[in-house]
Amino acid sequence: MASVDTRSAGPDTLGPAERAPAPGRRGPSRHGGRWVPYVLLAPYLLLFFAFVLAPIVYGIWVSLHIWDFTLPNKPWTGLGNYRDLFDSESVVGPDFIRAMKATAIFTILSVPLLVVIPLGVAMLMNAKFPGRNLFRAVYFAPYVLGVAVIGVLWRYILDGNIGLLNHYLGILGLPDDIAWTTSTPAAWVALVGVTVWWTLGFNAVIYLAGLQDISPELYEAAIIDGAGPWARFRNVTLPGLRPVLQFVVITTIIASANMFGQSYIITQGQPGNETRTAIMYIAETGLKNFDMGRAAAMSFVLTVCLLLLSGLVMLLFRERKPKPLKGVSA
Amino acid sequence: MTRSDYSRRNFLGLSAAVGAAGLTAACGGGTSGPPGTEQQGGGGEFTGKYEGPNVALAFWNGFTGGDGPYMKKLVDQFNTEHPNIKVTMTTIRWQDYYQKVPAAVQSGQGPDVGAAHQDNLATLAARRSIQPLDDIAKELKLEESDFIPAVWKGGIYQDKRYGIPLDVHSLAQYWNSDQLSKAGLDAPPANRQEFEQAVSKLKSGGQANPFWMPSLWPAHLIFFSLIWQNGGAPYSEDGQSATFNSQEGVEALTWMVDQIKGGASPKNVAIDTQYNAFKTGRNAGTFDGIWQINDLKATAPKLKWEMAAVPQIFDEKAVWSNGHNFVLMTQRKPDDNKTQAAKVFINYISEKSAEWGNSGMIPARNSARADASFSKLEQAKVATDVESFRFLPAVPGIGDVTFQGIEQAISKATLLQASPKEALDASAGVANKLLEENRKKFGG
Repeated sequence: MASVDTRSAGPDTLGPAERAPAPGRRGPSRHGGRWVPYVLLAPYLLLFFAFVLAPIVYGIWVSLHIWDFTLPNKPWTGLGNYRDLFDSESVVGPDFIRAMKATAIFTILSVPLLVVIPLGVAMLMNAKFPGRNLFRAVYFAPYVLGVAVIGVLWRYILDGNIGLLNHYLGILGLPDDIAWTTSTPAAWVALVGVTVWWTLGFNAVIYLAGLQDISPELYEAAIIDGAGPWARFRNVTLPGLRPVLQFVVITTIIASANMFGQSYIITQGQPGNETRTAIMYIAETGLKNFDMGRAAAMSFVLTVCLLLLSGLVMLLFRERKPKPLKGVSA
Repeated sequence: MTRSDYSRRNFLGLSAAVGAAGLTAACGGGTSGPPGTEQQGGGGEFTGKYEGPNVALAFWNGFTGGDGPYMKKLVDQFNTEHPNIKVTMTTIRWQDYYQKVPAAVQSGQGPDVGAAHQDNLATLAARRSIQPLDDIAKELKLEESDFIPAVWKGGIYQDKRYGIPLDVHSLAQYWNSDQLSKAGLDAPPANRQEFEQAVSKLKSGGQANPFWMPSLWPAHLIFFSLIWQNGGAPYSEDGQSATFNSQEGVEALTWMVDQIKGGASPKNVAIDTQYNAFKTGRNAGTFDGIWQINDLKATAPKLKWEMAAVPQIFDEKAVWSNGHNFVLMTQRKPDDNKTQAAKVFINYISEKSAEWGNSGMIPARNSARADASFSKLEQAKVATDVESFRFLPAVPGIGDVTFQGIEQAISKATLLQASPKEALDASAGVANKLLEENRKKFGG
């Protein structure tokens, strides 16, 4: 405000104090307006600070201690917890790296499928044919089920010795001794397959909304210009879906990186702990072993990885030409 | 999961403690211990009776299997006989129980009374989520001579008693009676030779894989039994170092893996598969805990089966065992009336030891096992030789060490991902580091 006096004020640059009183909306409303956004935001900000920002800061504080919340002593260890995570000689180091690898494998395998297959499904569902609504419901149905339900269901279907899947494979004359839940890579195939079956409906619904937003005139114009189905898909559908696609890619990456229930229930991390994902290991460390310090440190490492990955995806989608999706996981 | 009494995660189960706030809570009535530093009993002199105002007690346990209804019956009986005490029983799976109790006690939302496994008592005590109850033991006139020595000692942590033993339970072998008799066998095998004979007879009788070897629960209980039979031990006697990768341990795990390599068991037996296959007659035999007795009766009523003590594969008779104990939870705001009522409750159920036998468990008291009503029960067959019952050392945090160490090694070896020696050596390294960390953490 002090600068107001020293400035050479032209007729249009009057400071608020010097302004002539009120041709209607200018004076007081603009003055009060400075606080209005904050007042309107206050309820959200309050929740944001109390339930997001404060816990994050507290989490960082926790991650700097040997923090067992059931014991009175929580000694300071500085970056010790973080060092342990990357120290192959420590108790948690090798397991943490293995868990991060498991998460990476699952993400790399599942994201492309969960981006592409639902798009195909959405395009089918967008076509006009009798019974369309029924099919839309059928594809979305598995998503309604909780992870515990689909987990137990598939554990019995996939069981290598007494499961339905191997039974039917045997009837078809195919190998019937695949250990879907106790050996890799079969376990990854099973986990990715179950996850695609379970969640593709969600992405498909989002794509469907995006598809319905693309103006039919664009397709008509493309047809008049002589574009075939592929050209229409490349030049009308994909560009029209770009914001939706970006949203789907980022949310799918985050959801896949947070995979927990499927391996917890279906494979129980087997064989050994090869399919134990990062979130599963964090939960075990923090909630079962009460080692909150290390669990918090692991969470922050995972968060940083996800932030970097999300940033990368945003960068890729900012360019004019969307790159093929395998660039995402590289 | 069709886990009955038990679940693999209860080994994981650690527990909780009070923060500094809880430490200076009620005192008095104790028999030992530095005054003012810990809750010692509490509730004044324990007289065995409660005559105060009406109180409500929360009793948590993990009796989700065939044992739950029997405990509920005893609780109802108690409520009828004690109009001024109302006990509400809450049952959650053991794996969740050991996760929930510490947090609940810590935040002042914990129950008044609980049940806990013997191998979890030290952990719970070290985290100060349970209180010493020497005075109840005195009132109950618990005598060391009336118990299996390991059960008696298992309830003691740092010279104080934290658990009132309720029962013991062990691993056992279950066989499909129809398949046994079809193969010309009249009884479950008692030793290695008989076991091998049984397997080969069942195989030639058309059962391709008679005995399925699990890769997860209860695989480590089989391993414990075998390493003890072979003269080794999973941990040193003081529980301070891992010894499961000894020669005896490698031989024990090799025997388990050989069942798979030799074709007695199929490969890649996933969680619970061996037990589900047993219920449907897909295999002929399996090792599991005696807590499955009531589950088999309830969920496979048509199956004809028989149970016996685990066969003696190596030189000694030994079998993994554990026990249920009553514990008194630490309270943030101790209430003398509640503490007194809780003691009356524990006292009451403890004296019903023989009735508890119907739940499939073995009474902890020698006198109750000698009772004629017990000898008619199925599990009496495995209780004839309690000398062979072996227990894990009572060291805080040992459950977690077993989960992250031994169970991982057994999973890798039985899924043929690593040789028994490789797997055990790698896990022993992890286990020793964890034990070292636990020593620092719990100051033991």
